[in-house]
Amino acid sequence: MSKVLKGIAASDGIATAEAYMLVEPDLSFDKKTIENPDEEIQRLHSAIDASKKELETIKEKAKENLGEEEAEVFEAHLTILSDPEMIGQIETKINDEKINAESALKDVTDTFISMFEAMTDNAYMQERAGDIRDVTKRVLSHLLGVTLPSPALIDKEVIIVAHDLTPSDTAQLDRRYVKGFVTDIGGRTSHSAIMSRTLEIPAVVGSESATEAIHEGDQVIIDGIHGEAIVKPSADEVREYEQKAKDFAAQKAEWEQLKNEKSVTADGKEVILAANIGTPQDVEGANDNGAEAVGLFRSEFLYMDASELPSEDDQFEAYKEALEGMNGKQVVVRTMDIGGDKKLPYLPLPDEQNPFLGYRAIRLCLDQQEIFRTQLRALLRASKYGKLAIMFPMIATVQEFKNAKEIFEEEKAALVAKGVEVADDIQVGMMMEIPAAAMIADKLAKYADFFSIGTNDLIQYSMAADRGNERVSYLYQPTNPSILRLVKNIIDASHKEGKWTGMCGEMAGDQTAVPLLLGLGLDEYSMSATSILKTRSFIKKLSTEKMKELVNKALDCETEAEVQALVKEYTK
Amino acid sequence: MEKKDFHVIAETGIHARPATLLVQTASKFSSDITLTYNDKSVNLKSIMGVMSLGVGQNADVTISADGADEADAIAAIDETMKKEGLAE
Repeated sequence: MSKVLKGIAASDGIATAEAYMLVEPDLSFDKKTIENPDEEIQRLHSAIDASKKELETIKEKAKENLGEEEAEVFEAHLTILSDPEMIGQIETKINDEKINAESALKDVTDTFISMFEAMTDNAYMQERAGDIRDVTKRVLSHLLGVTLPSPALIDKEVIIVAHDLTPSDTAQLDRRYVKGFVTDIGGRTSHSAIMSRTLEIPAVVGSESATEAIHEGDQVIIDGIHGEAIVKPSADEVREYEQKAKDFAAQKAEWEQLKNEKSVTADGKEVILAANIGTPQDVEGANDNGAEAVGLFRSEFLYMDASELPSEDDQFEAYKEALEGMNGKQVVVRTMDIGGDKKLPYLPLPDEQNPFLGYRAIRLCLDQQEIFRTQLRALLRASKYGKLAIMFPMIATVQEFKNAKEIFEEEKAALVAKGVEVADDIQVGMMMEIPAAAMIADKLAKYADFFSIGTNDLIQYSMAADRGNERVSYLYQPTNPSILRLVKNIIDASHKEGKWTGMCGEMAGDQTAVPLLLGLGLDEYSMSATSILKTRSFIKKLSTEKMKELVNKALDCETEAEVQALVKEYTK
Repeated sequence: MEKKDFHVIAETGIHARPATLLVQTASKFSSDITLTYNDKSVNLKSIMGVMSLGVGQNADVTISADGADEADAIAAIDETMKKEGLAE
């Protein structure tokens, strides 16, 4: 009998393959006294050697798929496995206490882990505690004769089943083999979901029970369109989904026709459909999916994947690559949005009670200006290679925007004085994600060249509801009249000053939201690249005049449910 | 025995990637190599030992090597320190 697991549709598409359980095996063991320490030490060394071999493979895979920097963490693991002090201590323990290798390994590594974890003023050292823990697990798995799953070791077509996928997991996924995945937790905006769309792998997240209901080797169908995973499907179901996969492929082919077309509504209004990207390499996917611009280039990857602040030259190269890759189409780079919940090991910041309301993004940049100035210089130098726009995240007040813009102008003038060629048409705008800023959008529109609405944060701050907290997730209501009114205020204010407004949150590609946003006059819609063609096809069928009528009614609704019913009626 | 003093100039100290590089360099030699900081000495071939010292910017450290290839070891470590902009 087949089982159907329901979850959240994270990434379109249908895939069928055998399950690969990316779940930690049972690594428990008993502490035992042993007779022959030499034999035990021999076992330890065999396990360490096997672990090293595995890590070499993983490191090579990571290097191939992701580049040198990402592979470095595995280099660190290998160095730990060669640590003479640590190995010496384990050997001594086995010899002196006559205990099994598992116990000796665990005792010694635990001591190191607690030592590093105690260094609370040093995030880097605390992270190393995680490395030691990972390495210990790997050696333990070999001592116990169980397999520690690793995405990098997959060498046949599979569906990955996991509780959640961490950035380091997704970083190792090989698209040739990973046909889809299903997780227990997560939502449409969680890391795993965003990655599945970037990698264009069908995925279902938040199924709650995937790791319990599915076993290694089970056949699994992932229906990423409807958010379902079918475990051990019947022959009929397999046929049914083969047909669905064909239909989806046909639909995609139809969308594909729109790749080089403009985004035009049924009554002839043009809008811009843009892509959100995280690295310069994502530009390829943006172009393949017919993006007319990059509406959000998150610059955080430069900071997150590094062991120190990225140099001006490194940043310059990354921005240049993205600008050249887009071939003259606009690229909107968001200046760094670090701090709060996104921590950097090499930039120690005090712990905060409310990271989302804390010292982050432009607040940090205006305070630690060298970091900000370095980024601006890199951007300015790259500007001649394409059409660059810059936006500042987390602007709450007019003064903040003015200060940030002034720093930009200072750096620009300094470079020009030095004879560096800088584009003179760089637009400087801001993210609209704080309700206070949305309320004075008319004032901000006098200074900013454009607005980009970051819906995830705007909704979370407006509703005062943490988007990661499942118990209040019902308050994530993108089309609630309250949010629509804020969005209207922002768009109207920009148009009054002859400026434009974009949107770079998940909402911009949402089929319920798009008709409303068209009605509100949004100019640019920036989304996951894979949603662009579908949205272009959808927009072709909508008339702006009719959507204006729709949105006028929606703004006057009491609940999100009423708005959704209206949208359904108007898009039938 | 060969000895050499270093003054750490790297902003992050000997924490991050450079620690791994130093350990990898030291591990190429058969001599016993130690890193001394604040009267504490650790084996320079042990990544955990090195990191446990928490050597920061402006620290003064001593590296000593004892064994057949002690002179070469100190020279190689000196080169790594300078190439990585770690210490002078």
